[in-house]
Amino acid sequence: MAYPPAAQSSPPRQPSVKVILAAADVSRVVDRIAHQILEKTQGAADTVLLGIPTRGVPLAKRLAARISTFEDVTVPVGVLDITLYRDDLRRHATRAVGPTDLPSGGIDGKRVILVDDVLFSGRTVRAALDALSDVGRPASVQLAVLVDRGHRQLPIRADYVGKNIPTALAESVKVTLAETDGADEVKLYGGTPS
Amino acid sequence: MIRHLLSGADLDAATATQILDTAAEMATVAGREVKKLPALRGRTVVNLFYEDSTRTRISFEAAAKRLSADVINFSAKGSSVAKGESLKDTALTLQAMGADAVVVRHPASGAPHRLANWVDGSVVNAGDGTHEHPTQALLDAYTMRSRLGRLAGLHVAIVGDVLHSRVARSNVLLLSTLGAKVTLVGPPTLIPVDIAAALAPGTDVCYDLDAVLPGVDVVMMLRVQRERMNDSYFPSAREYARRYGLDAPRMRRLPEHAIVMHPGPMNRGMEITPEVADSPRSTIVEQVANGVSVRMAVLYLLLGGNNR
Repeated sequence: MAYPPAAQSSPPRQPSVKVILAAADVSRVVDRIAHQILEKTQGAADTVLLGIPTRGVPLAKRLAARISTFEDVTVPVGVLDITLYRDDLRRHATRAVGPTDLPSGGIDGKRVILVDDVLFSGRTVRAALDALSDVGRPASVQLAVLVDRGHRQLPIRADYVGKNIPTALAESVKVTLAETDGADEVKLYGGTPS
Repeated sequence: MIRHLLSGADLDAATATQILDTAAEMATVAGREVKKLPALRGRTVVNLFYEDSTRTRISFEAAAKRLSADVINFSAKGSSVAKGESLKDTALTLQAMGADAVVVRHPASGAPHRLANWVDGSVVNAGDGTHEHPTQALLDAYTMRSRLGRLAGLHVAIVGDVLHSRVARSNVLLLSTLGAKVTLVGPPTLIPVDIAAALAPGTDVCYDLDAVLPGVDVVMMLRVQRERMNDSYFPSAREYARRYGLDAPRMRRLPEHAIVMHPGPMNRGMEITPEVADSPRSTIVEQVANGVSVRMAVLYLLLGGNNR
């Protein structure tokens, strides 16, 4: 097989990849958020964690596990699928609908903490708020995210942030978790090589 | 993703399974306080019914409304069809009104296929002549899956007037795609020659209901369509009921777990006795409830995204 010789001049530009959080960092950040939730909610009474698929779900489960380790309280965990509430449904091929699974105690009158991996435009959270109001009436709603990368398009902010990452719009942030992807890591793609 | 749903054969196993899985999520909406989803907000669904129907039309209407679509009901009676308008002109009118989906029931087999060539929107076949009724097959499959836990490997007997039954045709196509085995049962006059081979290889035909019952997981009774009984397909209604009607003694021949289905409307005392229809094994009311969830899933998958 004869391949054309590789170009000697100007090697192709590789998109740069930068690890923002390694596995140990992710677990420390989850621990810190768990502590913050306990602090801010005076012991996480009447609190429900709802994960937004995909990666918000394992994060919510981890937070609940850490909270019960730290203070011996059991926080109900659920799943809130937001597919049917997205504002960009018509811009893509039909998206598969995932399960919504609320804790048996429901969410009425509870403090609901939405959990997601990355906070970016805020549109996912907007959809989650709409979905939430159709399935019940929580006393209050808070938001916990592993990463806040900025560039909000809606007036939404997180109550608990694992890490603020200043990014350019062209860059992308990718969170991987052991439960969904095999390993814990947060990476920044496409940044200017330093 | 498919653009129209005209036949049970339009669906491959993956797409059909996706519809059933989506329907399972849609079903949870029925138990909520707010029985509405915003997914089809601003979309228009036209129910175009050239034949009388209660449950199918209401089911599609409820499904579209739960997804926040606007619904326009059009029945041939009291419309310009009564003045002689053709299907094509009606289609062009709907097109001009911006229908995103047309749900059509028509006495002529194949009418939805013609319609699909005339309008830009999606066409859903809600029953055409003696041809097909794919959403009924989907809701039947959904009901079987939720009662028995699986579809692959199930043995389903479809009993009665197969000749005129669009439900039977769509069910044979869909169930064989999903790995179930179908046996068609009925008097020889009501089972077309070679229908099994023509629809799906592996489908059996049997003229003796009692011989089939002990080995099936599902028995689906078809309605004897009196409006289509113009020839002498069987000597008398009483003889039909004796040989092919499902009564309590026959139901006891079924395996313990087997379920009894009927697409409705029933002729009680003809193909099914009231005792059987109202027994815990009967899924007839469940089928109606599942119909809304399955049609929500179909409308969402056809209209929810940009599939052009």
